Amino acid sequence: MSILIENISKKFGHFQALSPLSLDISEGEMIGLLGPSGSGKTTLLRIIAGLEGADSGRIQFGDRDVTNLHVRDRRVGFVFQNYALFRHMTVADNVAFGLEVLPRKERPSRAEIQKRVQHLLEMVQLEHLANRFPSQLSGGQKQRIALARALATQPEVLLLDEPFGALDAKVRKELRRWLRGLHDELGFTSVFVTHDQEEALELSDRVVVMSNGNIEQIDQPGTLYASPNSRFVFDFLGNANVFEGKTDAGVWRNGQASIALPNGAQQEDGQLYIRSHEFFVSTEATAQADLPLRVIAINPIGAEVRLELAPIGWQSNDVWEVDLPHKAFDKNGFEKGQTVFVTPKAGYFFAHDAKQPVEIHWSITK
Amino acid sequence: MATHLTAANVRPRHKRVLPGLSLSLGTSLLFISLILLLPMTGLVMQTMDMGWERYWQVITDERVVASYKVTLWAAALASIFNGFFGLLLAWVLVRYEFPGRRILDALVDLPFALPTAVAGITLATLYAQNGWYGDVLESLGIKVAYTPWGIVLAMAFTSIPFVVRTVQPVLEELSPEEEEAGMTLGASDWSVFRRVIFPALWPALMTGIALSFTRSLGEFGAVIFIAGNMPYVSEITSLMIFISLQEFDFAAASAIASVVLMASLVLLFAINIWQARYLRRLHGR
Repeated sequence: MSILIENISKKFGHFQALSPLSLDISEGEMIGLLGPSGSGKTTLLRIIAGLEGADSGRIQFGDRDVTNLHVRDRRVGFVFQNYALFRHMTVADNVAFGLEVLPRKERPSRAEIQKRVQHLLEMVQLEHLANRFPSQLSGGQKQRIALARALATQPEVLLLDEPFGALDAKVRKELRRWLRGLHDELGFTSVFVTHDQEEALELSDRVVVMSNGNIEQIDQPGTLYASPNSRFVFDFLGNANVFEGKTDAGVWRNGQASIALPNGAQQEDGQLYIRSHEFFVSTEATAQADLPLRVIAINPIGAEVRLELAPIGWQSNDVWEVDLPHKAFDKNGFEKGQTVFVTPKAGYFFAHDAKQPVEIHWSITK
Repeated sequence: MATHLTAANVRPRHKRVLPGLSLSLGTSLLFISLILLLPMTGLVMQTMDMGWERYWQVITDERVVASYKVTLWAAALASIFNGFFGLLLAWVLVRYEFPGRRILDALVDLPFALPTAVAGITLATLYAQNGWYGDVLESLGIKVAYTPWGIVLAMAFTSIPFVVRTVQPVLEELSPEEEEAGMTLGASDWSVFRRVIFPALWPALMTGIALSFTRSLGEFGAVIFIAGNMPYVSEITSLMIFISLQEFDFAAASAIASVVLMASLVLLFAINIWQARYLRRLHGR
């Protein structure tokens, strides 16, 4: 079922949790609401569910206007951050709850409920735990039961609040893949909240990036990564190093450091955002960039080695992070405390008061 | 002893804030012995002297049995009333913000703080025929003071904090998400209360009611001033003990007291065992 959100806003006391915002979700889509805490993403999710009332605006499920409909009549599946399983009920009773509370006319027979519960438990691969109590389950198992419970009434909209937040990395990855599979198989429309960019990019058809109660950008993961449209999105999607530069005779300068302007670039002051893998690292400055940094940490992470670098003789708000393939790292054999020079290959330039960035590339000359 | 010492030397010292098991358990047991067990032993010793036949005669005396009945049903009514009202009060105190909430919260403990005799005299004065409430109730044809209803009233008054104070913390801990989960699954308000909230409160509420009940069984000060104390009608068991004492029949007093003691102990143990089972399910293991 498609979801239409129109000019929804919400205030808690004096705090503007959501500025009027609109969002159009198509049937069967999986949407990730991504943002830091306090960005309003959970509030938006709770308003879609009907757990919170909006101050203004309109929500429509398909052709049905649900703005003034009570939660219980919206027929959405909702998965809570801390699972919110009923502690005094067995796993099977938890899953059956949504069916048991249906009005008598619509309620399936006892045998039918039992069959449906059995089927749902098989779907989440936990049929052997039917008679356990929630306190006897692991986090990942609780999460799957919470999902089975939410899906019992066959909702057409599934809402998930930080579904994998409390799980360890391995279980999280596994459940993510499993949820995606389930989504593709059953075809419900789902919206989930997360503050984990990796999760949002991996799981969603489209990502909605939020900050301070506003939507910053709505795009497919690939597009979002390739062309973030604001400083916020850039910062939040992470792993970008920022070089604050003033133009001076064909270079951007900051203290002792400088980066050559690529061909055709505007002579403007501004900030360069460069992702951590868009560099090469050498022991001497290149014709194109003179960025001296001291190695303060070396972290091998998966396929790459991450260098943490501190500027020497110029200013940056953060420690710089540069990712190198193992091969390049091994060849140079960098050590902690050593001075290195980095040269960017590509980046994004925000002119002083521009909201939108310009993508730039250097034709590398070694 | 020697093996114990060597073992302690080998094992690494536990880092606990309070001193270790032997000292803390020893102190606790000493206090329990002095304050609880010693008087109870004395009570049993007293009854030992009188012989089984005389014991049975005393505790099954017609007037005493009548007092059991009055005490039991009055305590039952009072604690059931407290179950409803205490739950409501705890709910209001936990779930709503309103001016004077803290004052109301503090007032709940008043029956504990007030000398029970003062409570009894106050209630008796208010509900007497010429008292503020008694006057109004009299015109409706209802008599409270100096009838068994007065006993229920006094018992309810003195034991209400038990229910409120046992239910309150459980209510505070109850996560709103479980209620919300119930609602998103389509349950009506009543369904959510009956299937989600109440089962979580149930053990605490039962404990509160049981405590309120046992306290009412033994209540003396508040009750005798309002009960009227008519033999066979509004005499409570603790008054029977008091009367025996006044007649210097200590053995009879102890005999009746032992019955009250047994009833209370059995009830408390039963509720503890039941609650432990129920909670084990909630918390795993």
